[in-house]
Amino acid sequence: MRISRRILAGLATASLAVTATSCGGGGTSGSFDDTVTVGILHSLSGTMAISESTLVDTEKMAIEEINAAGGVKVGGKSYKIEYIVEDGASDWPTFAEKSKKLIDQDGVPVVFGGWTSASRKAMLPVYESKDAFLYYPIQYEAQECSNNIFYTGATPNQQSEPATDFMYKRSPAAGGDFFLVGSDYVFPRTSNTITKAQVKQLGGKVVGEDYLPLGNTEVAPIISKIKKALPDGGIIINTLNGDQNVAFFKQIQDAGITPSSGYYVMNYSIAEEEISTIGPEFLEGHYGAWNYMMSIDTPASKKFAASFKKRWGADRVVADPQESAYNMVYLWKQAVEDAGTFDDNAVREALVGQKFDAPQGPVEVMPNHHLSQTVRIGEINAEGGFTILEETGVVLPQAWNQKHPSSKGFACDWTDPSKGEKYKL
Amino acid sequence: MELLLDSLFNGVAIGSVLLVAALGLAIVFGLMGVINLAHGELMMLGAYTTYVTQLIFKLPILKPFYNSYIIVSIFLAFIVSGVVGILLEKTIIRKLYGSPLETLLATWGVSLILQQFVRSVPLAYGAGLVISLLIGLFLPTTFPSKIKESINFKYFKFSSWIFAALTGVLTGSIISSSVSKLSRASARNVDVTAPSWMRGQVEIIGTAFPKTRLMIIVITLISVIAITLFLNQSAWGMRIRAVTQNRQMSDCLGISTEKVDIITFGIGSGLAGVAGVAVSLLGSVGPNVGGNYIVGCFMVVVLGGVGNLLGTVLASFGIGIMTDLIGAGRLLSIWPDMPLPLSNTINFFATTSMARVMIFALIVIFLQFKPTGLFPQKGRMVEN
Repeated sequence: MRISRRILAGLATASLAVTATSCGGGGTSGSFDDTVTVGILHSLSGTMAISESTLVDTEKMAIEEINAAGGVKVGGKSYKIEYIVEDGASDWPTFAEKSKKLIDQDGVPVVFGGWTSASRKAMLPVYESKDAFLYYPIQYEAQECSNNIFYTGATPNQQSEPATDFMYKRSPAAGGDFFLVGSDYVFPRTSNTITKAQVKQLGGKVVGEDYLPLGNTEVAPIISKIKKALPDGGIIINTLNGDQNVAFFKQIQDAGITPSSGYYVMNYSIAEEEISTIGPEFLEGHYGAWNYMMSIDTPASKKFAASFKKRWGADRVVADPQESAYNMVYLWKQAVEDAGTFDDNAVREALVGQKFDAPQGPVEVMPNHHLSQTVRIGEINAEGGFTILEETGVVLPQAWNQKHPSSKGFACDWTDPSKGEKYKL
Repeated sequence: MELLLDSLFNGVAIGSVLLVAALGLAIVFGLMGVINLAHGELMMLGAYTTYVTQLIFKLPILKPFYNSYIIVSIFLAFIVSGVVGILLEKTIIRKLYGSPLETLLATWGVSLILQQFVRSVPLAYGAGLVISLLIGLFLPTTFPSKIKESINFKYFKFSSWIFAALTGVLTGSIISSSVSKLSRASARNVDVTAPSWMRGQVEIIGTAFPKTRLMIIVITLISVIAITLFLNQSAWGMRIRAVTQNRQMSDCLGISTEKVDIITFGIGSGLAGVAGVAVSLLGSVGPNVGGNYIVGCFMVVVLGGVGNLLGTVLASFGIGIMTDLIGAGRLLSIWPDMPLPLSNTINFFATTSMARVMIFALIVIFLQFKPTGLFPQKGRMVEN
């Protein structure tokens, strides 16, 4: 009894200390009239934690920046943004469950979250049934357009299509044959269907295609197929996921499939973060396509990279998914301020047409809930970054891909009630 | 000829990865009948040992020997995984002999613990912990028998554990202060870079072979030969075989089955560590690296026939060659103008995913006819 009382006393002291510090923190928040709590939902444990935790860091940074600049101003009042971070645990049903918790229990007006398409597909019915709003920051396969999700990553026509065009027309392997390699799940398969249709239109030839089951790192059969299909070099389009890239690049280099012998790999899932993990010595001379690259030489880009390093450590890098995550927090803030309320429906209406001067350059929210973005093609250099070779103008997003046979001729428009999710052009 | 050589080499290369990974399991599962789901995580520890050794060899003192770090790491990985395996046997598995379901659940739990361990403990202190385990477990066995038999032996044991803990903390902090990459915990996958003499290709009879693959084949060969010699030529090997065949009888004849269990499990785990070194040369090293191999390992052991090393060897090379044959569509290049329906079928299965499906299907069909695998163990007492 005596012990438990002592523990209680200890707890009380501890909680007092916590209150005291939070009061101390509250000194600066005295200038705010109120607070608003948003939800952040990414994997902090499990296989996806490595990637998704960088998004949490970026979103926290964006929120801190907004708070430092006076918070969100709605109806003449200033709101300090607070956040609840939930762990999706790399487990798709958990994402749905935690979404329900954030919406129902915490009553957050918006959730920033997700990385894999599988997690998004698991969350989608939750947001649609509760008419809540999810902001999703990753480049993905598209072929989806929900009224309750706002997508700030690239659609295939904002990444893979310009990249395929570059590889076939202007890369050192121009005019060469294509070999497609990917992990065995929805994004690589959809993306490659689009690439195959595009290569056919361009007049090129896809000579082989293979998918590695997730988690499998045995690429020897793929290497022999590449060597058979492309004996004198050619273009390889790579949509492998995460660690499988390490196995792939280590082994193709050992097998002599390198830029110096005429093989050029275009990657859709390798950003600065991944380059540092795989090692630039394996990737030098290959290509990547993104909307944002850390080497973009503009004040906005440099400021973004510098503040991220300042906040989280000098050895950290920023990459495209993080930039998307950064943009979405700011776009939400702007839309809320324009709408004058945190109410979902009003914010959704105010969101379309929002412009933001992002680190990648200007972006704008389109009626199909995706962003218009700039596409960049870069060559991976020995320092672990991209040397930017090409930059498109602003490319409009296609939620329904115009090269994919199942969605050709369709579009999405949520501003016009008669059009909606999927209408014929 | 060149095609055949290439195909054979690929098959052997894939098979030797399977073999080196399954070898430890063949001993633990095959000889002891323990379903060790943490086998993959023991491999992972071996892979992380390679990474740590690589970083330590980058220190100025050891820099001149950098090229040989991979050889050193094979021995270290054997010791690290072996020690963790012994600890596992002493604390958990020993209590669960004869209850396979409980062993399965317990080792699965251990595998989760080990995965989270490498995510959240700085590798430098992880290394320190392994060193203290090593000293704590083995120091008491080196005492002269006079002390061992004395009534105060437990105090000696206790003090050697204290000494072990201190040494562990000391090495941990030395490593963490000299190699900054090891001083912070990280869930991020890390990378083992093969020394320069192991990168690139060698040309044999007009065909180029990747050196890392050759290295893995060599590691596998040496492990198989060493373990065969150990089991068949040494006294302890004979005891292990005796206990495998008839535990009660061996016990009666004065073989310490407890010791045999520890040694068998330790060697099996140590081999998992060696497999970890091989695997780290192919891909990245992360908490999940072992989990990717565990299914393949069990497949090999079951197909080969439980308790038989020759079966394990043949099964893994068989699966390797089949994977290459189906997955790379080799039959088409051997027989280019086969009839269309046949060639379409072969093309359909000529992707990595479908090849896997096909191989699983073939194994299932094979086990329908020979449920005990390629080389079942014969003898009256095996069933018990």
